[in-house]
Amino acid sequence: MKTKDTLLKVASVLGKSRLLMFCSIALAAASVLMSLYVPILFGRAIDCIAEDGISFELIFGFLLKAGLITLATAAVQWVMGIINNRITFDTVREVRRQAFEKIELLPLKYIDSHAYGDLLSRVIADVDQFADGLLMGFTQFFTGIMTIFTTLGFMLAISPRVALVAALLTPLSLFVARFVASNTHSLFKKQSEMRGEQTALIDEMIGGEKVVAAYGYSDRALDRFGKLNRELESVTRRAIFISSLVNPTTRFVNALVYAAVCLVGAGTVIGGGMTVGGLSAILAYATQYAKPFNEISGVVAELQNAIVCAQRIFELIGEEPEQSDAMLPELGDIRGNVEIKDIKFSYSPEKPLINGLSLSVKEGQRVAIVGPTGCGKTTLINLLMRFYDVSGGEITVDGSNIAEVTRHSLRRGYGMVLQDTWLRSGTIRDNIIIGKPDASEEEIIAAAKATHAHSFIKRLPLGYDTPVGEDGGSLSAGQKQLLCITRVMLSAPPMLILDEATSSIDTKTELRVQRAFEKLMKGKTSFIVAHRLSTIMSADVILVMHGGNVVEQGTHSELMKKGGFYAELYNSQFAK
Amino acid sequence: MKNLPKYFKGYRAVAFSAPFFKILEAVFELLVPFVVAAVIDNGIPAGNRRYILGMCGVLVLLAVVGLASTLAAQFFAAKGAVGFCTNLRYALFEHIQKLGFSELDGVGASALITRLTSDLNTVQSGLNMMLRLMMRSPIIVFGAMIMAFTIDFRSALIFAGAIPLLSVVVVGITLWCIPLYAKVQQRLEKVLLAAKENLVGARVIRAFCKEEQETERFAAENGELCREQKRVGRISAAMNPLTLVLINLAIILLIYQGALRVESGVLTQGMVIALYNYMSQILVELIKLANLILSVPKSVACASRMSAVLAIEPSMKNGTETDVPEAEYSVELEGASLRYSGAAEDSVSDISFKLKQGETLGIIGPTGCGKSSLVGLLPRFYDASSGSVKIFGRDVRDWDTASLRGLFGFVMQKNRLFSGTVRENMRFGAPEASDEDIIEALKAAQAWDFVSEKEGGLDYVIEQGAANLSGGQAQRLCIARALVRKPKILVLDDSSSALDYATDSRLRAALSSLEYKSAVITVSQRVSTVMHCRRILVLEDGRCAGLGTHSELLKSCDEYREIYESQIKVEEGGTSA
Repeated sequence: MKTKDTLLKVASVLGKSRLLMFCSIALAAASVLMSLYVPILFGRAIDCIAEDGISFELIFGFLLKAGLITLATAAVQWVMGIINNRITFDTVREVRRQAFEKIELLPLKYIDSHAYGDLLSRVIADVDQFADGLLMGFTQFFTGIMTIFTTLGFMLAISPRVALVAALLTPLSLFVARFVASNTHSLFKKQSEMRGEQTALIDEMIGGEKVVAAYGYSDRALDRFGKLNRELESVTRRAIFISSLVNPTTRFVNALVYAAVCLVGAGTVIGGGMTVGGLSAILAYATQYAKPFNEISGVVAELQNAIVCAQRIFELIGEEPEQSDAMLPELGDIRGNVEIKDIKFSYSPEKPLINGLSLSVKEGQRVAIVGPTGCGKTTLINLLMRFYDVSGGEITVDGSNIAEVTRHSLRRGYGMVLQDTWLRSGTIRDNIIIGKPDASEEEIIAAAKATHAHSFIKRLPLGYDTPVGEDGGSLSAGQKQLLCITRVMLSAPPMLILDEATSSIDTKTELRVQRAFEKLMKGKTSFIVAHRLSTIMSADVILVMHGGNVVEQGTHSELMKKGGFYAELYNSQFAK
Repeated sequence: MKNLPKYFKGYRAVAFSAPFFKILEAVFELLVPFVVAAVIDNGIPAGNRRYILGMCGVLVLLAVVGLASTLAAQFFAAKGAVGFCTNLRYALFEHIQKLGFSELDGVGASALITRLTSDLNTVQSGLNMMLRLMMRSPIIVFGAMIMAFTIDFRSALIFAGAIPLLSVVVVGITLWCIPLYAKVQQRLEKVLLAAKENLVGARVIRAFCKEEQETERFAAENGELCREQKRVGRISAAMNPLTLVLINLAIILLIYQGALRVESGVLTQGMVIALYNYMSQILVELIKLANLILSVPKSVACASRMSAVLAIEPSMKNGTETDVPEAEYSVELEGASLRYSGAAEDSVSDISFKLKQGETLGIIGPTGCGKSSLVGLLPRFYDASSGSVKIFGRDVRDWDTASLRGLFGFVMQKNRLFSGTVRENMRFGAPEASDEDIIEALKAAQAWDFVSEKEGGLDYVIEQGAANLSGGQAQRLCIARALVRKPKILVLDDSSSALDYATDSRLRAALSSLEYKSAVITVSQRVSTVMHCRRILVLEDGRCAGLGTHSELLKSCDEYREIYESQIKVEEGGTSA
């Protein structure tokens, strides 16, 4: 995405709060003007203090004015702070919502091909950085510019000569800061490279600590770590030191400016061009005038960073969603006749995967998909559920092409239990009713009893209301699997997809679940990915997959007779 | 946190120098208003340009000396903070290497990685800032007050009154905000969790057509976060305006009081300006401090988390024996039980068996029955809570742990390879292995075929997390890595699960014809993987449900027969099922 496009997107998002933005700018301007006016009043009050007669009346007047303006400034600043917070946080909320909504609409292909960490950091960290950087950067930038010009104006009003000195000398600090910053850039780059290298080592060694311990690698790991650690130390020390020079050196330049203003100013006072109070005000301005110059150089870096973050977010938000199917008809009253006609599919064009697979499954039939792990069995599930679309041929359910009905109506027809059980945070009940939110207590318990999950659920501290931690938390793999089966049992769809569903439950429970499944599968079209031969044997059709392709299909006896890959698989397991 | 200061070792002087130079810098800065007052009181009324020039020269001198001491302070702060953290990081890494498996289980690898990386970086920048800036602000604030007292006692009382009030505002608002920030953090984690769940569970959510509800749920969490953020924002936004009001009110009082004092001849105009300047300096400092102060609790929290890891005592005491004694049995378990710390029940209870060199033992049972725990007792990953574990006739507690583990080739269930070449990975447990040794091991592990086809062969670079290998390839390399050691005891913990049956059976054949003698223990859920072992141990809920040969167990052990039937027997019955 180009920077220009990104900026357009940013503008359209910010457009929603343009009224607030306008308020914020107006308040910032007011705040700068007022807070800079106060030193002038103080200066005038000080001017009234002269050894040869003090006018308390005048002093009182100036001070009262200063006091009132201070109160007004504080109020304006506070309101401005609240408004800025509101713009920032509302924008964050809105952008984050859009990003999340997009995630729900994106084709699974996109999610599968991006690391979760990357997408998460876009939705969370990048959004924060973008909003903070852009909006705060913007206000700081604006206030900075305002401050520079107002101060310059006030100084000119007090004494053009002194103002000129300050105005000409101060930008020096900007150059100094630039100079230092350009030197730190390469050091920081080196530092982050070294840090990355060390983090990778830590990741591997601590993540694999048990292997390290078992193979006596600890000492060597410590050596490698120690060496990197020392190198990192020297780079980091230099980087931190050099980068910390920015403040003192600019402060030094400012101090020089201060001295120069003092010198020229005092001379002007002697010459009668200015009052002592004016000098005191102009000295106060000299420090204020320099500050925004330093800040602005920081703001520019922050803005650049914010743009990069915005680019990453809007790239996600602008991603092409799955084609809308709102206009398509619903797939109603599913009976479960699935027809696969000469389908073609591949995840990437250079690696063709499924090439011309056909299969006819009658209502109530059972299809077993077998083959070594990683042979692409899950691909078929992806296609049946339309997580991915076929690139050639078609799949029909009860005669309707599944590409020509809504995805929801198709997916509601399937009950799916995946190999990687997934539970969401929430209670046990929340997890069971996910497919049927209006289920009654009796229905829930009946389903749980049918899958033998009821007995362990009722022993949990809060029964069905026990909270499940992130990704199942304290539940065992078998218990998680039982819950996943229970939720399919409850929603009772006409077709089933079971992906090695019972592979991690202990033998006894497994046998029971097997019987429950028999009950569930009765009269339903089922696709089962299984390693367990007993399940495979009872199937009406066996699909044998290898290297991403369907190599054979038929019943057990047909395939054994054929003496192909299936027979080899079978024999290798039982070779004596 | 008491165990942390010692890591300043070698940097103590440096760490103390930083604040010292910072104080020096602050003192020079505090002298500036004094000099300006002299210009106004002595230089201007007398019209003495030479005096003014001299005083401005002093200002430049103060700036130069100030810069020099700041540079020194920055240098020492960077050196101290980075040095401390380098020491700490090394100590932490070293400490983790000493921890036993039970301690590692307790803390968790991802937590340890966070301690060593992001937590440590937070502490480093926090410490650096503290050494540099935290010292400066109080000194400027109190220094300004002291300077005020040297000018005029009565006017300085205004400082004495304003500073406590200012502290109340700054500290009060900070303390008020810290718990609110913690709440924001919690909310943010919930939003993060919701987003993560939706990525990980994308398929299930779509299968159940839950996209809209999930979006609503996320919007609700997101809205909560936004509300909390605004709440804390409203409060923290009040800090700077309040400080401004207090300072300006103090200045108003100062000028008014100053006017009275000038009238009574105690003060000069220049002195009033000096007092005014000191008050302004305080304002600038406090605004800086307010921005910093919020990062302190964060660094402290990180430091205390690290301190907690360092405080974990390794629970195992290392034995001393290193030689391998002559013994009839390589492995001998006598009533061994294992209960993990904090667990209510034994994971392994009362297991006994003996194994000679060259013999094979299969261990079978359902997931969670304690198979991995049982084999973990042998190389002393965990200590038996009762009973005894002997390796070559000697109790594992008497063995030097490194020597003991050196006897093993242990292929773990959750195994991992490391980034680097195949050769480096193969030498992981056998640094001296020659290429011939490695190839031999690869062949036995059925891995040579694919390794030799890869670009570079043994020099093929494996990426982090073995991302460029298939699951089955990684598993075979892990087995080869164990074989390179020519182990006296080979343990395969469910390590052929990703292999197809044909490869698995070739692997079994190769292992049984190794030229050196090993005691081999194979753990699996698959009957076909263990049925050819000389003896099979059947585990059920951590207990031994049977020990014998395949045919013995079929006759005598119900549990074994049940597993066997569920996996195999049905097919032997033919196509009737």
